[in-house]
Amino acid sequence: MPEIREKVDVCVVGAGHAGCEAALACARMGLETVIFTVSIDSIALMPCNPNVGGSAKGHLVRELDALGGEMGKNIDKTFIQSKMLNVSKGPAVHSLRAQADKAEYSRAMRKVLENQERLTVKQAEVVELLWEELSSQDSTYSHATKKITGVKTYTGAVYEAKAVILCTGTYLKARCLCGESITYTGPNGLQAANYLTDSLVSLGVELQRFKTGTPARMDGRSIHFDKMEEQFGDERVVPFSFSTNPEEVQIEQASCWLTYTNEKTHEIIRANLDRSPIYAGIIEGTGPRYCPSIEDKVVKFADKERHQVFIEPEGLHTNEMYVGGMSSSLPEDVQLAMYRTVPGLEDCKIVRNAYAIEYDCINPGQLYPTLAFKDILGLFSGGQFNGSSGYEEAAAQGLIAGINAALFVQGKEQIILDRSQAYIGVLIDDLVTKENLEPYRMMTSRAEYRLLLRQDNADLRLRRIGFEVGLVTKDEYDYVCEKEQLIIGEIVRLQNTKVGANKYIQEFLEDKGSSGLKTAASLAELISRPELSYEAIAEIDKERPSLSKDVIEQVEINIKYDGYIKRQLKQVEQYKKMENKKIPVDIDYDDIGNLRLEARQKLKKYKPVSVGQASRISGVSPADISVLLVYLEHFKNM
Amino acid sequence: MKTDTIAAIATAVSDSGIGIIRVSGENAIEAVDGLYRSKGNKKRLSAVKSHTIHYGFIFDDEELLDEVMVAVMKAPNTYTREDTVEIDCHGGILVINRILETLLKHGCRLAEPGEFTKRAFLNGRIDLSEAEAVMDIIHSKNEFALKSSINQLKGSVSDKVRSLREDILYEIAFIESALDDPEHISLDGFCERLEEKTLRISGELKKLTESADNGKMLKDGINTVIVGKPNAGKSSLLNVLVGEEKAIVTSIAGTTRDAIEEYIRLNGVGLNIIDTAGIRNTEDEIEKIGVDKARKYAANADLVIYVVDASCPLDENDEEIIRLISDKKLIVLLNKTDLEQVVTDEDIRNQFINMPDVSENDCRIICTSTKENIGMNAFEDAVKEMFFNGEFAVNDELIITNMRHKEALMEAYKSMEMVQESLKNHMPEDFYSIDLMSAYVALGRIIGEEVGDDLVNEIFGKFCMGK
Repeated sequence: MPEIREKVDVCVVGAGHAGCEAALACARMGLETVIFTVSIDSIALMPCNPNVGGSAKGHLVRELDALGGEMGKNIDKTFIQSKMLNVSKGPAVHSLRAQADKAEYSRAMRKVLENQERLTVKQAEVVELLWEELSSQDSTYSHATKKITGVKTYTGAVYEAKAVILCTGTYLKARCLCGESITYTGPNGLQAANYLTDSLVSLGVELQRFKTGTPARMDGRSIHFDKMEEQFGDERVVPFSFSTNPEEVQIEQASCWLTYTNEKTHEIIRANLDRSPIYAGIIEGTGPRYCPSIEDKVVKFADKERHQVFIEPEGLHTNEMYVGGMSSSLPEDVQLAMYRTVPGLEDCKIVRNAYAIEYDCINPGQLYPTLAFKDILGLFSGGQFNGSSGYEEAAAQGLIAGINAALFVQGKEQIILDRSQAYIGVLIDDLVTKENLEPYRMMTSRAEYRLLLRQDNADLRLRRIGFEVGLVTKDEYDYVCEKEQLIIGEIVRLQNTKVGANKYIQEFLEDKGSSGLKTAASLAELISRPELSYEAIAEIDKERPSLSKDVIEQVEINIKYDGYIKRQLKQVEQYKKMENKKIPVDIDYDDIGNLRLEARQKLKKYKPVSVGQASRISGVSPADISVLLVYLEHFKNM
Repeated sequence: MKTDTIAAIATAVSDSGIGIIRVSGENAIEAVDGLYRSKGNKKRLSAVKSHTIHYGFIFDDEELLDEVMVAVMKAPNTYTREDTVEIDCHGGILVINRILETLLKHGCRLAEPGEFTKRAFLNGRIDLSEAEAVMDIIHSKNEFALKSSINQLKGSVSDKVRSLREDILYEIAFIESALDDPEHISLDGFCERLEEKTLRISGELKKLTESADNGKMLKDGINTVIVGKPNAGKSSLLNVLVGEEKAIVTSIAGTTRDAIEEYIRLNGVGLNIIDTAGIRNTEDEIEKIGVDKARKYAANADLVIYVVDASCPLDENDEEIIRLISDKKLIVLLNKTDLEQVVTDEDIRNQFINMPDVSENDCRIICTSTKENIGMNAFEDAVKEMFFNGEFAVNDELIITNMRHKEALMEAYKSMEMVQESLKNHMPEDFYSIDLMSAYVALGRIIGEEVGDDLVNEIFGKFCMGK
């Protein structure tokens, strides 16, 4: 039978947020790339909340942008409201969150994909991975026993490829549940991918089943907004992308609305719990604790009298409104009844019902921190397929998987971002090193060096890496280098410029509500006072150079939080020592008699790349690490 | 490799009076210099030649701790191939501990089990063929350390530490959930609450560290009460321990009619021993007063030594005694093993098993013969072990005797101070949680618990988040 056979460098399976980043990275790094999706219309689809960013997630997007990813640029083009969260708190936890016009977001990303050189967009379901056994010779430099050679689609077309990136999201063997009604589809009624799982199993990939959920969408015309509190965007919008001109994002913004559930809502939920597929035990998958369904909230936090409900527009050209805070898998009739108890929703009409979705994903312990499969050479994966949750988490992984697949094809060394470099590093390290029993979401508390990993300095941290792999232009990189010099120069200047304890200064300080000087002090010392700032001391800083806002921001943060930042830098130094101790791929843990049994089993399973990573595996004790260090020293000298 | 400076007591803990503290690492000489004063206070250790010994004194600020000999050995010709200083002390276990503690204040870190040997190896001092042996040492020493810390888990110390940790974790989780979901969870008014709470926690940590200071118990002694039936050998035990015939010893049951008090030192641990009248139902009025007193003493004791005459079967008087002391820190002596033994370990254990608040492990049973002086070493070891595992509580204050625990407590205390500092300076809330977390981690080391997913679990368990 004649069949289509094509040869490309990289195949990307899935065109969600991970797939788009992966495919763009590969094509931009010079590789012939094809991206598969079950529906061209679902490229970069946002099947759940209409936001990009949020606490910690905003950091991910900024980092992705600094590395040369697309999500930040795309949301800057298509947002309809934007807020910097946590501005009353420290700079490390400021986080951008934008409301997206979902349809526009999807359309804009599709346009980028379609116009990307070397990238082919293909509507087809990939049903099989093609592979061959590796000769033992090939496996000396990795743990792999198999090698990927391409993919096969449902219609039989074969695409030979040097690398394949799996970004199947929530589509694998997906089923959606709305009360007693179950449909075997992906999100939003889209076709599920029902065959790839079998191919993965035959390749020896270990799968697990996760679930997540989404609330209902309402017809905006049926909502009484006058009974809700209006929520506005920021007056001055900060763009996500370091490449976006801030003036271009000062648009007229849409509003969101806040209302609350009440005791009546909760009563209806409690009375119908037996009809929830989760409580009735129909759902097997593990759901995320951080976005609980409204049923979960009512059961687990029974003493709470009300829960917040955010009504958010799905876009400018639709009446659909997203009901944030009330995801559910209760049956349609219960949903309608419970939503209608909420002030403002008394007469609401549901456009799309809330539902829960179950899907296959992998245990990400099978991946290296490069997002390459340990056992299968040339196979990479990113996104919800890896057991994460969220558009931003998906996109970040997709970008790294894409970069590394491209580097792999080019025969270059792959990159690993570590926990002290980026939230992306924390995200991936957590995924591949720790046991994840629920879809993983990024949180600022997961980043132990978060004072260093701020959203405001993502460019300073990561532009260089983006430039080196070829996703950031020379101009963009030069800009950051120059910015860095300006920051350092200004900090040094402020540290070296002293003001005396004279009358003029004392009066100035008193005027600012700050205590007087006993001896001369540097301007940096003054800025570090809680009640003062860079701006506040302008008057006594006569030789101040004219600097851009983003430079001043960095100068101020570095001076104000100097003590804390230095402490974290010291911790990072210790951390790096262990991180830099690499473990050779051919290590035989059975040869190390003094490891405890549990540690040995875990090390064999996770195959950590460094002693640092080994130390984060649960069940590996500090004593095991000492033993491992001694063994490695021995090994090195043999 | 880590190049920080480590310190530990290199000799076995005993009351021999002499012990060596070893310090190794980049700042070893500098650190000891901060404590050391030569006679006349002119000599600086940093200026002396390598491999020389120096007479002098160790001070904690202005307080003289001990008269010592200090050996200074510079890298690379040392065991660890790092700068090494050994302090030869003479003042007994209490003083050695104080010196070690002072070193910790001067920038040293307590060495991990087997760490000197590990460093020796990693710095190429030990032949590669010995790698296996080094790993053995690390392995076995850590196993031992682990066991001791598991022992500690039963104690009141770990209960206290656990509850402080819970308090701290709750606050971190609250801050973090508010950072994560600012639109659902507000931090309004939080700082005042946190300030109050950190003050309380700091206070408790301070109390814990202070109770460890100077080993209050070492000075004052552990209130120890000897109980048993008449003529079980209680007074003989006291005499053996004290080394003189203070209590009247006869074979007539009921000879000790009042309580007798003695202060003795076992392995550096001070015991205030009270020998009591034998407990039995009696009609004798004077003896009855003695028995009542014995009950009272036993009720207030830190440690009870229950002497059983192993040559006589247990009876209802033993049952009565066991009921009285079942919730006490306890050592049971099966005495008179020189005679034919009719009471076994098993019999005693069975008696205790029926009691509430008692687990089998709590019951230390030692076979002795006070007459033949048999089993006394085992008894002394048991006291020492209980003491250094921090199992005793005195006057409701918890006693920390384990240096590693104390180090962790001091670290936690310091972190809590930093939280207060941040609060005072009106730093944003996310800064508090960094130091709170450090305190949480440090306290976790005491009870051998890592952080893992604690925080994430607490956030989702206690606070309602969600889209």
